Parts: sequence; C-alpha cells; structure tokens
Amino acid sequence: MSCVLELKNLSYVYGKGTPFEKRAVNRVSLQIHRGELIGVIGHTGSGKSTMMQMLNGLMRPTEGQVLLDGKDIWAEPKKIREVRFKVGMVFQYPEYQLFEETVRKDIAFGAKNRGLEGAALEQAIRDAADFTGLKPELLEKSPFELSGGEKRRAAIAGVIAMNPEVLVLDEPTAGLDPMGREVLLSQITRYHQERQNTVLLVTHSMEDIARVADRIIVMHKGNLVLFEPTRTVFSQGDRLKQWGLSVPQITAIMQDLRRRGLDVPDGVLTVDEAFRALLPLLKKEGKLW
Amino acid sequence: MSFISIQDVRFSYDEIEEGKPVRYAVDGVSLDVERGEFVAVIGHNGCGKSTLAKQLNAMLLPDSGKVIIDGDDTSVEENTYTIREKIGLVLQNPDNQLVASIVEEDVAFGPENLGVEPAEIRRRVDEALKAVDMYEYREHAPHKLSGGQKQRVAIAGILAIQPQCIVLDEPTAMLDPSGRQEVVSTLLKLNREQKMTVVLITHFMDEAVLADRVVVMDSGKILTQGTPEEVFSQVELLKKHRLDVPQSAELAYKLRGCGLKINHIPLTREDCVALLGEAMR
Amino acid sequence: MRDVAFGQYFPGKSLIHRLDPRAKIILFIAHIVILFCTFSYPALAVTAVFTALFLILSGISPKFYFKSLKVIIFIVLFTSLLNLFYGSGEPIWQWWIFKITLNGINRAVFVTTRIICLILASSCLTFTTSPTELTDAIERLMKPLRVIHFPVHEIAMMMSLALRFVPTLLEETDKIMQAQKARGADMESGNLVKRVKALVPILIPLFVSAFRRAYDVATAMECRCYRGGAGRTRMKQIHMARRDAAAFVVMALVIGGVIVCNILFKAAI
Repeated sequence: MSCVLELKNLSYVYGKGTPFEKRAVNRVSLQIHRGELIGVIGHTGSGKSTMMQMLNGLMRPTEGQVLLDGKDIWAEPKKIREVRFKVGMVFQYPEYQLFEETVRKDIAFGAKNRGLEGAALEQAIRDAADFTGLKPELLEKSPFELSGGEKRRAAIAGVIAMNPEVLVLDEPTAGLDPMGREVLLSQITRYHQERQNTVLLVTHSMEDIARVADRIIVMHKGNLVLFEPTRTVFSQGDRLKQWGLSVPQITAIMQDLRRRGLDVPDGVLTVDEAFRALLPLLKKEGKLW
Repeated sequence: MSFISIQDVRFSYDEIEEGKPVRYAVDGVSLDVERGEFVAVIGHNGCGKSTLAKQLNAMLLPDSGKVIIDGDDTSVEENTYTIREKIGLVLQNPDNQLVASIVEEDVAFGPENLGVEPAEIRRRVDEALKAVDMYEYREHAPHKLSGGQKQRVAIAGILAIQPQCIVLDEPTAMLDPSGRQEVVSTLLKLNREQKMTVVLITHFMDEAVLADRVVVMDSGKILTQGTPEEVFSQVELLKKHRLDVPQSAELAYKLRGCGLKINHIPLTREDCVALLGEAMR
Repeated sequence: MRDVAFGQYFPGKSLIHRLDPRAKIILFIAHIVILFCTFSYPALAVTAVFTALFLILSGISPKFYFKSLKVIIFIVLFTSLLNLFYGSGEPIWQWWIFKITLNGINRAVFVTTRIICLILASSCLTFTTSPTELTDAIERLMKPLRVIHFPVHEIAMMMSLALRFVPTLLEETDKIMQAQKARGADMESGNLVKRVKALVPILIPLFVSAFRRAYDVATAMECRCYRGGAGRTRMKQIHMARRDAAAFVVMALVIGGVIVCNILFKAAI
C-alpha cells in the first residue's frame, strides 16, 4: 500500500518563546495509506484540530514535516495553495461559509480556484452534488434558502468538488438529528468507496466511527497515544476512559459479557455484529426456537 | 389541573391560504406536564418540538387550542411576563444567549429586567451560579468559556429569574461529549434536589433515557409517549421513523425476535449485561 | 487579532477599579482635553506624571499597557515623523527635502506624548471598568437627553451588546477565513481590486451570521423578560463616594497645574 500522508515528528507550539507557550501537538509521527478511512478521536483540546489544520497547510508546523505523496508540503511555501486543493478540509459547521448567489456557484468556488472550468467543472459540481445527495433543482437556489441539513451538504459538496486526494472532515455530523447523521455518514462512506480516496473523519461520536473507520488515531494532550485498527482501539475501553473517551455502548456490553466468561469476540463494533456473535451461543443453549 | 397544560394546539409559520395554512409546525398537540416532572421531547429537526418549546413561554401563541401555564392562558397578553417568570427557556446556541461581557452580569440580566432589588439580585446570582457549579467563573468573560460552561451560565441566567420550570431547546446539540455530560448532570441535579420541572428537547436518546417521561414527536404530532422503558421498547416504531434507540434496546429487541425470552427491553449497559447474562445461564 | 489587549476588562479591586464609572468617564474626558491644552514642557510633564500615577494605581500589569500601545505604534511613529520633518523655523539639520527644526522636534515630542497618554488613559478606563458598568454610566450621564426623546437606554444596551459580541465575531471571522482559504481563496496576492473582491467570501458569511446571532440574542433577551429600560434595576449599583470626590480634586489640581505651567513657561509649540 502506498503512503499518501506522512507526518514526521510534527509539533505545533502556540506562543513559542513566551511564558504562555503551549504545545498543542507534540512530536507526532504517523503514516496514512491511500484509500484508508481514518477516524480521529480525542477530548476537546487534545490537539486534533490543530493537527488537521497542519495537514493542508493552514497552519505551519513549528517543528517536523507533513509529507504529501512523499513531498514536504512546505518545501515551497509559495505553492501552499496547491496543497489545500489536494487535502480538502471541511470545517465544523461548514454551512457558515456559504456565500454565493446560488448553490451551484458556491460548490464551484473551490473547484474554480483550483483551475477547473467548462465541462470538467460542470462534472465536478454534478458529482459533488450527487455524493452529498443534493437534488439538481437545488443547485439554482440561493444557499440561504436551503434547510439546515441541505446547507451542510452543499458546503461539503463545495470541498468534494475540488477533487481532493485526501478529504478531512471535522465533526461533519455535529448538530444534525439522528436521521441526518445517518444519511450523511452513509454518503461519506459511499464517496470513500467509489472514489477510493483517503478520508479522515474527526468526530466525538464513537458509534459513528466504530461503524465506518478502518483505523483510528487517538490524540491526548497533543500526543498520538494510539493508532490502530478500529477493533483494536475499541477493545481497550479502560485506556480510552483514561483519555476521557468512551466506547460504543454495544462494545461495552459485549466486553462485560466476555468478562463474565461468555465466549464472545473482543472489540465488537455494531449491534449486528453483537447479534451474530450471540445467536449461535443462544441456539446452543437452547434458548431460541 | 396540571402545571403545564397544552390543549389541542395548532400553529403554523406559513401564510394562511384559503382559510388554512399549507403546513402546521405543531398540529393538534395535547400534553400535560406536572410539577417536578422531567419530561424529554425527542423527534427529528422540523418535527415541531422547538415550536412547541416556544409556545410554553408565550414566545409564540397557538393559532388554535390553548396553552395554560399554572392556570394562566398564554394568549392573554397580561399574562406574558408572569408566564416568562415561571417558565424559563434555554436555547440551543450557548454563545447567542449570553448578553453581558462578564458571567455574573449576564446572570443578573433576568432579575434586573424584573426590577428586583440589587441586594436580592446579588444573592440570586450567587445562588444560581453555585447551582450550576460556575461560581468560581463569575468574573470571567463568556467568550473564553467552553461550550458546556457557557450553556451552564445560560441555565444560571434562567435560574436567577427563579422559574418553576425550565424548558431547554436542544441545549446540548452544539456541545462535545463532556459539555453534554455537564449540562445533563446539572439538569438532573436541579430536578432531583430542587424539584425543578424540566422539559428537555433533544435528539440524543441517551439523554431522553434519563427522563421520567419521553414524548416522541413527528410531523407536528405526538407519535408516542410514556416512561423511557415504554417508549424505547417500541424499537420497530422508532426505527421506522428513523429515530435512534439505545444499542442495548436494539440488541435485546433483535434477540427477542429470534425467540429469546426476556421480560423487558434494557436501556442501559448494566441492565443489558444482567439480562443477557441471566438468559445465558 | 484575538490577543488584542485594547478594550479588554480585568476584574480587580484597585482604587481605580472602585471609582464610580461616571466619575471615570468625566475624568477621562477632562484628561484628554487637558492633554491637548499642554503647550510647555512642564505642563506636558504634569499630565504625563498624572497618567503614570493612575496607571500605577490601577494595579494592572504594565505588560498589558505595553500590549495596547503595540497596536498603535505605527500611527505614533508616522505622526511623530511627519511632525519632525514639517516643523517651521531654522533648520538644525537638512538633507534634500527633509529638514529638522527645533520646532519640529518639539512638535514630535508633544504629539507622541499626547497620543501615548491618550491610549494609556483609554486602556486604563476599559481595563478597570466592565462594559456593563461603562454603558450603565453612559446611560446615567446621558439621562437628561431623555427629555428630548433621545433613546438613551436603547443606545446603552446596543453598546453593551456590541462590546459583548466583538470577541465572538472576531473569532468567527478567523474561522470563516480559514474555511475559505481551505477552498483555495487567495487573500494574500493580487492588486487592490482583486483583494477587495477576495473579501466577499468572508464578509457575506460574516454578515449572515451576525444577523442570525442578532435574531437569536433578541429571542434570548425576550425569554429573560427583557422589555426595555422601564422598571429595570441593576445588580451593581454605582454611587459617588468620597474617593470620587478626591479624584475630582486631584484632577482639578492637575488642570490648575497645567494652566499655571502654560502661563509661567514659554510655549514650546
């Protein structure tokens, strides 16, 4: 597997050299492979947001490097804009960045900045709208006429339309209701599967991340404390708790059952998985029809 | 009569066309809330739950039907401020509810509006800030607080008015898990220790599970209501309306569907483990 | 942008903190007037010493005062240079079109000192007075204007809300800028027209958000029984005390001192 993003000894220090010096990110090194869906979790203030903003050059690391396709993104500071197209970043509550007259123009903003035009631009807009489930008739409306959920999707489409190689989403489901959350999450996984792109998903929802992530980055006080496959991460409930994080309820239930001596696997992530694990056991005991 | 009595309320934001609006945001809701109750209202965005919240403190008035608060009709203009003193409303965005540049001055805003004596305001402000555990932040600037802290200051601002009931419109939607935890435990404490009536509008079912009663709304109507056990054991109904249920309930429901004999649907991790452990024996 | 010290409030219990905010505002205005009525070096020294005196009494770390000066350092430098080179009289030093005269030096010194004292005084006012106190005081001072139906309370309330939301909106501007940069918005290059155009993606979302906030704030205020200024009380009562009288006496002495200095000594500008 080829490595798309590599962080080498990456640090960010706020107010360097002043008495208020604060290390937001502390010597993080890691490799992300092309096509992975990575979950990023950590308590508020763990440094995950700062780290994400260094990935696309919005913040310049005070130490260390970010390598994109093997090249240091700050090798030529004048070309940092190029990096922002390659690593697309969707901020929290992205609907607050909409500004154009129509949804179409707003989605096109980033793609145009990247230099797309004509048919290629049109295609990019249409694909982005399709991935985020925006109906074509909405494209001609003003973004301010859309509902809350639609605005969110239009804003995400604006980043997807830039055709980034890596898509970073910071809390894309924050503030949405259960249905909106589920729909958006499935749209993101579909995008990931069809494009085979790398996606980084920062979230507080353990249930969401358990369902979709291949591997999980766990940040704590600026340090990378864990970077393992999802199942491995969630089978360490006690350690996660120390870092102010939790595991999905279903994972905890199965862990408790395991402690009670039941023969169920470790790190169960979804209700379906738990159901499939329990079914044969219950059948064996003759508890089911 | 109940403390809050909502009687067949209809309300629409739309223009009225041919005598009837196109869509009712709240469409024939009747609901009673008793003193000291903790009621959670859940439902999708646009199901009418926020509109209902604003009906409770006379921010909005019903097109038809009545809202009676402690015997007073909200649609009678003279009652407006008595009702707002009795029913405090906390909104979603913590930033936009804090009006002063210092925490304690913000909390004082409500009683100041009511013309309360300065010494009494000071007493109420201190008491309210202690109740939400923000007393040591009384001289801080609101914009430097975390989301959970801001929301607790907003709650203190309502408490200083000394209401009999707090209505909260998705107070945790914009908070991180620890902020949500802070707000929810503050509400539980107020309800348990001060017998405060709480109406919590939320779409997090793990918060709704903590209430005495859960009301589920859909398209402006009440879909179902009851104790959390009663509501969340209707897994099929909730799933059909694409609402969340606790994972424990979903698992137990699925296993029951395959013939596992269990006497109730568990809502918490502990309950679920005990139940399944029992069943496996 | 966010660590601008100017306009911030630091809670405390110093003598200056405890002065009646109305007294502080009157003293502040008097101080500015007198600053610009200094024409001789001794008079300037009196005002500078007076400024230093209340800065020390405010009990706020000099660090923050320096920070507030840092913001305007360029304005100070620019105006003092301008004055330095555009004085009248015999040149002491000359090169091409630049000439420095004694008058120019004097003017530069006066202007610089005055601006610095002005900034320090206003910093001291905002550092030691909470925005609520400040607007409350303005409301009380302007009370007589109500006779001519001037909306005193409303203006004071608007000011206090504005002060409350300045940091929030600054933070928001920052976030929007980052988000648009992430979409490839180019704000660092191009000619003037291009740069002004580049502001559109920032200003529109900012306005939209400000309106949304305004609507929310209005709702929240109504929920908290707000119905205008009538019948409102205040938690923090402001009343003139002996220390305020003392402050006025000191101010009077300073004014007297400046006038005497101006008469006794030769004007420098």
